[in-house]
Amino acid sequence: METIKSGISGAEAVTLALIEEGVDTVFGYPGGSNLPIYDSFFTHKDKINHILVRHEQGAVHAAEGYAAAAKKPGVCMVTSGPGATNLLTGIADAQLDSVPVVCITGQVNVSQLGYDAFQETDVVGFSMPVTKWNYQITRASEIAETIAKAFFIARSGRPGPVLIDITKNAQNEIIENFEYRKCTGIRSYHPKLKPQEDALNEAVMLLNNAKRPFMVLGHGVLLSGCKSEVKTLAEKLNMPVACTLLGLSSIESSHPLFAGMVGLHGNLAANKMTNECDVLLAVGMRFADRVTGNVQKYAPQAKVIHIEIDPSEINKVIAAAVPIVSDAKSALKKILPLTRSSSHASWIEKMNAYKKQESETVFSRDLDKNSKILRMGRVVKAVSDMMPEGTVIVTDVGQNQMASARYFDYKKNDFLVTSGGLGTMGFALPASIGASSIKKDGAVVCVMGDGGFQMTMEELGAVMQYKLPVKMVLLNNNFLGMIRQLQELYYSSRYYFGEMANPDFVKIVEAYGINAKKITSQEDLEPAVKEMFDTPGPYFLEVQVEKSENIYPVIPAGAGVDELLLSPEN
Amino acid sequence: MKHKYTLLIYTENHIGLLNRISIIFTRHKVNIESLNTSPSMGENIHSFVITIITSRDKAEHLRKLIEKQVEVLKAFIYEENQVIAMGVALFKISTSSIGANNILEQLIRSSSARIIAVEPEFIVVEKTGTQDDIKNFLDSLSGFDVREFIQSGRVVVTRPMGKLTDYLRQMSEMEEKD
Repeated sequence: METIKSGISGAEAVTLALIEEGVDTVFGYPGGSNLPIYDSFFTHKDKINHILVRHEQGAVHAAEGYAAAAKKPGVCMVTSGPGATNLLTGIADAQLDSVPVVCITGQVNVSQLGYDAFQETDVVGFSMPVTKWNYQITRASEIAETIAKAFFIARSGRPGPVLIDITKNAQNEIIENFEYRKCTGIRSYHPKLKPQEDALNEAVMLLNNAKRPFMVLGHGVLLSGCKSEVKTLAEKLNMPVACTLLGLSSIESSHPLFAGMVGLHGNLAANKMTNECDVLLAVGMRFADRVTGNVQKYAPQAKVIHIEIDPSEINKVIAAAVPIVSDAKSALKKILPLTRSSSHASWIEKMNAYKKQESETVFSRDLDKNSKILRMGRVVKAVSDMMPEGTVIVTDVGQNQMASARYFDYKKNDFLVTSGGLGTMGFALPASIGASSIKKDGAVVCVMGDGGFQMTMEELGAVMQYKLPVKMVLLNNNFLGMIRQLQELYYSSRYYFGEMANPDFVKIVEAYGINAKKITSQEDLEPAVKEMFDTPGPYFLEVQVEKSENIYPVIPAGAGVDELLLSPEN
Repeated sequence: MKHKYTLLIYTENHIGLLNRISIIFTRHKVNIESLNTSPSMGENIHSFVITIITSRDKAEHLRKLIEKQVEVLKAFIYEENQVIAMGVALFKISTSSIGANNILEQLIRSSSARIIAVEPEFIVVEKTGTQDDIKNFLDSLSGFDVREFIQSGRVVVTRPMGKLTDYLRQMSEMEEKD
């Protein structure tokens, strides 16, 4: 596609470029250094919807939520100086979780760069370690090519955040000939390599001869859109499947081959089978430390086939017997027809025994409807049972996140948006704003704890202003629950600064004109969740949950994945 | 086990790329022993020659992280026996310390160094060679008043016969087009 215009300002060129890239929503905050662009947005408000966040960190998280829901890059637009520095946490979050985000920052005039002008900061310098790519535009003539490049880099290969800093003079300059061509390739950048034939054949041989094959799915499965290939392969080989936190929803939770989530607070079957399988097929995942536990004790018996698009992830943590540098979908498409159907009945039986054991010891406790104690798992399960299919589940970080990961029942079209690598508290509410900006049908559930909510609760303003139908579930234990748990387990219960004196959250939310309710007992749970889903528009449900709940299972520090504990007793 | 490795990195000529590359070493707490950057063969291709002391695994991981940068065309890693390396050093020596005899002149000649500037107060001597050659020459000047000494980053050519253009062609053949 190519657009040619003459005699337009740099700011206008930015807007036209965004429209050319198919951008329909921008999350942002105006300031002195990006006002020309906002003026151009005004002209094109029929094409670009702008959502005013209440803090720039919220803009990036919203763009991340949007990217996950829309399956295309999210865009945020902020001003220079503090606007730019406030982005950093969100950019780092997007970098660690491979989320395509295009951040545009205004900047002071080129003549003032480096002279400590008002609201001047070196955003290109300090965003370098956390961006896939960044660039400072100081002339309007650079705008078209740079923006095209930015979108191409953000979404191709292993996706990630990019940042473009645009000086104010470049926004104001007039461009004689504005031509927009989408970027289709960069000489020095090879984002997607063909899966190597030899490696594919070796992988097929291992899979066909495996006695106990096991597949672990990461975020790459969702990013490359290969849910159906994954499922077909699992069913053909009768191969049990587990997911990493960011891989959850790659396969529906009710699938008979689903062993659960791997890692620190993952499921018994998924973790045990990691250390019992003979062939481990890792798809689009990076063996993060929260997945592996003690690396020396991670799957030493298994031959690992690692399908991963980013060559720098290969052999970084776990040595791969067969590395396949490729997009997950391309590799699986080639592997599928070469594999032979098999059964692995006793191996699947073993999985079912583990699932039963966890269900009897952990689920029965966490989901007990007759308990006097209201646990997080029970709340999540109630929400999960009543949510419509195709729901976007957004979580914050900590115990609320682990309960959500464990107890949401991911159906065919549901998916999870969470902060994995960076573990950013305060992620959920703004990310929900991004997801709900395109999910107008109301199927966005945002699960938070009282700690994380208070980190970005100013974004209730955006929920109010745009009437975004986010169903907010606050699991309030008046504690930083994960911190409390760690202090109990590793610091002799010397609880220090984990307890919170909290405000009346319902009053705060109601002040924003959002329906809100607080419940404290078991019997009120189902009716309250029903009311939440029945109420059109945003809704806030605060649930007073048990203060001293610990998330189990847990892999103790330094232990292997198969040494996870199901309860404090063992 | 730590060894000396040389990273040879071919890149686009892009503002900020030096920073992008150097922060990778900072993050891994690997000190850069020597760094040289200059235009290279081919259209707008620049090269970085970076010497580090680290383990083989870490060096390989760093190489991959460098190659991951969008503007990096290709990064190679070499052990000491795979490169032929040279650097240049300049020595500013006070004329008053030279004396009437020609000891310094003999030293310069026998070390394959040369005088490149003569001023009333000082002379400038240039010595090209390996880092050891340069160190030895500096030591041999201990009897003279060396006012300034500066050494360039080392540049290398590699023993393997591969050509960058061949690697780049291979890379684009390996690429999967949407």
